[in-house]
Amino acid sequence: MSQIFHPSANTLARTSIAVLVIGANLALGGLYGFSGSPYQTGVNVVRTQPVPFSHEHHIRGVGVDCRYCHNTVETSASAGLPPTYTCMSCHSQIWGATAMLEPVRSSLAENKPISWTRVHDMPDFVYFNHSIHVQKGVGCVSCHGQVDKMPLAWKAEPMTMAWCLNCHQHPEEHLRDKRDVTRMDLVLSSQEQLAKGRELVNENHIDSDRLINCSVCHR
Amino acid sequence: MHPQEPESSSAPAAVLAPGHTFTTVTDQLSDMVLVRPYEGRWFLCLGVGFSLVMTLFTAAAYLLFQGVGVWGIDVPVMWGFAIVNFVWWIGIGHAGTLISAILLLLKQDWRTSINRFSEAMTLFAVACAGMSPLLHLGRPWLFYWLMPYPNTMGLWPQWRSPLVWDVFAVSTYGTVSVIFWYVGLIPDLATFRDRSKNRWAKMGYGVFALGWNGSAKHWHRYRTAYLILAGLATPLVVSVHSVVSLDFAVSVLPGWHTTVFPPYFVAGAIFSGFAMVVTLAIPFRAWYGLYDYITARHLDNMAKIILATSLMVGYGYFMEGFMAWYGSSSFEKFALLYNRPFGPYAHSWRMMVFCNVLAPQILWFKWARSNVGLLWVVSIIVNIGMWLERYVIVITSLHRDFLPSSWSMYHGTVWDYATYYGTLGFFFTLLILFIRFLPAISITEMRELVHKTQHGHGRTTEASPETGS
Repeated sequence: MSQIFHPSANTLARTSIAVLVIGANLALGGLYGFSGSPYQTGVNVVRTQPVPFSHEHHIRGVGVDCRYCHNTVETSASAGLPPTYTCMSCHSQIWGATAMLEPVRSSLAENKPISWTRVHDMPDFVYFNHSIHVQKGVGCVSCHGQVDKMPLAWKAEPMTMAWCLNCHQHPEEHLRDKRDVTRMDLVLSSQEQLAKGRELVNENHIDSDRLINCSVCHR
Repeated sequence: MHPQEPESSSAPAAVLAPGHTFTTVTDQLSDMVLVRPYEGRWFLCLGVGFSLVMTLFTAAAYLLFQGVGVWGIDVPVMWGFAIVNFVWWIGIGHAGTLISAILLLLKQDWRTSINRFSEAMTLFAVACAGMSPLLHLGRPWLFYWLMPYPNTMGLWPQWRSPLVWDVFAVSTYGTVSVIFWYVGLIPDLATFRDRSKNRWAKMGYGVFALGWNGSAKHWHRYRTAYLILAGLATPLVVSVHSVVSLDFAVSVLPGWHTTVFPPYFVAGAIFSGFAMVVTLAIPFRAWYGLYDYITARHLDNMAKIILATSLMVGYGYFMEGFMAWYGSSSFEKFALLYNRPFGPYAHSWRMMVFCNVLAPQILWFKWARSNVGLLWVVSIIVNIGMWLERYVIVITSLHRDFLPSSWSMYHGTVWDYATYYGTLGFFFTLLILFIRFLPAISITEMRELVHKTQHGHGRTTEASPETGS
């Protein structure tokens, strides 16, 4: 009887099996890599805005506090995006005529808010509240990164559930005194941070067992 | 019944009709696929099966579009047809492994002619079983959340939930069954490769025969692998349906929270599995004239197993009731002693007792076991009865929960029935294709049987002349 397959079919068969196994692993690994990549999380992706607003200039250069514009961050779920009047409290006096600020002027003239591009978009099934985090001593920088070094804003952290839980399980690694919440330049050694964090966990009555209950964030 | 049927006599019938040689066995069994022309009735069967598959697809598509609300499930009965069908199908799947693994290790030679299509039946039943809970998820495209894998949510499956144990039990069972079935097929695929005339068929069977050349080394390794796999599959016969029963037994619902559940479910699974094998084997052997291979002995043995497991299942029903009476939980007394036999689903319960406990008692009689038509009817009754058993367990315990204000009734909707009949069609279609394209009776093992019947007992590792290349 004549052979159906050339002897090379053996090599082909072995190679196919190897390719299948390796390929399946690569595909799964690739998917996992993709799920944590900037394409998926948006980390380090600079968003273009209608006005090229620079946090770096306003915080580091001018010395404006976060809460001057995000004025509801201590009392409500949303940190608050400033109305055009807030911009104009300075820009009616300085740099009022530059072309860069034209959208701000027209927003004021037409009484229409500037439509900023959202940088951090939490899913609707997450009930995130800024005020409780600020009140318990989570610094702005812990989640938003060094905003004072961002000419245009980007996401500094992936804001995945695993990332949220990481802090909810070990809040002492990130807590600071309330007066330091908006500070961008606070640097503590890990021992100092742990000591301070543990103290604040007690002082602010933070129960990390309760913090990882599903209903803390999903209601 | 049929002219070719051997008359029942006092001596037990042979597992293989006398007069067969290696050649006749190989010829007859491979001609079923390679030579036999395509028949109109085969296409008719395929058409019926495939229409039902289309029904399944339609029902599933509508379900995905609308959500699980299209089914009859609603508070408090949140487990309806999907779970009933899941348990029913997975139970049917149990006969395959029992026949192929346990009976192999016990050296029961009557397993050889029915093991191959029982294994195929197992695979198809497991596929049907897996579909139900997946569709029940509501968002089936997120099924992989059931698996532990590194994810951005930092979440792990809930290991304390028997539903997660279920995922592992069923997927392990499916995997081992596929491997066992495939390894068993390899020498037969080589026979098909060598005997088929069509070049494409040669290549198709050849690829999956993995270069089998029938050398002593190949046979030795094949035998070893097959025995190891049989050993691996054996605990699964007991474990899978035990885990399935824990879906119920671990909860605190009266009628579910029962220690008798694991053994009683395993017995029920083997009961329904053998019933399904009989339901399929009888028309199959009549269609292909396989009276030499599936003899009165096979049917008789399977009937005895159905009778034995029917008694075990009956004992399970009795024990549930007895424990409710003997125990002190008024809720359990209500559920098992009043609600099931006399409540709104009493018709299902009574039908179940008739189908599973009373009807199989006729198999005590030899004339009943050797009456093929009667045996076939009994096997169908058992299939229906085992579906009703799961229906009674799932629905009656849920629809009367602890809070009378939430009591309600459950009825399957047209989409429930469409999905259920659809899975039947899916099962049937795969089976019809399997019979047409693969050796539905193991040629290798039938050759061994020829050798054994001619030369007394003892295992053989000899290659048949057919598979040399």
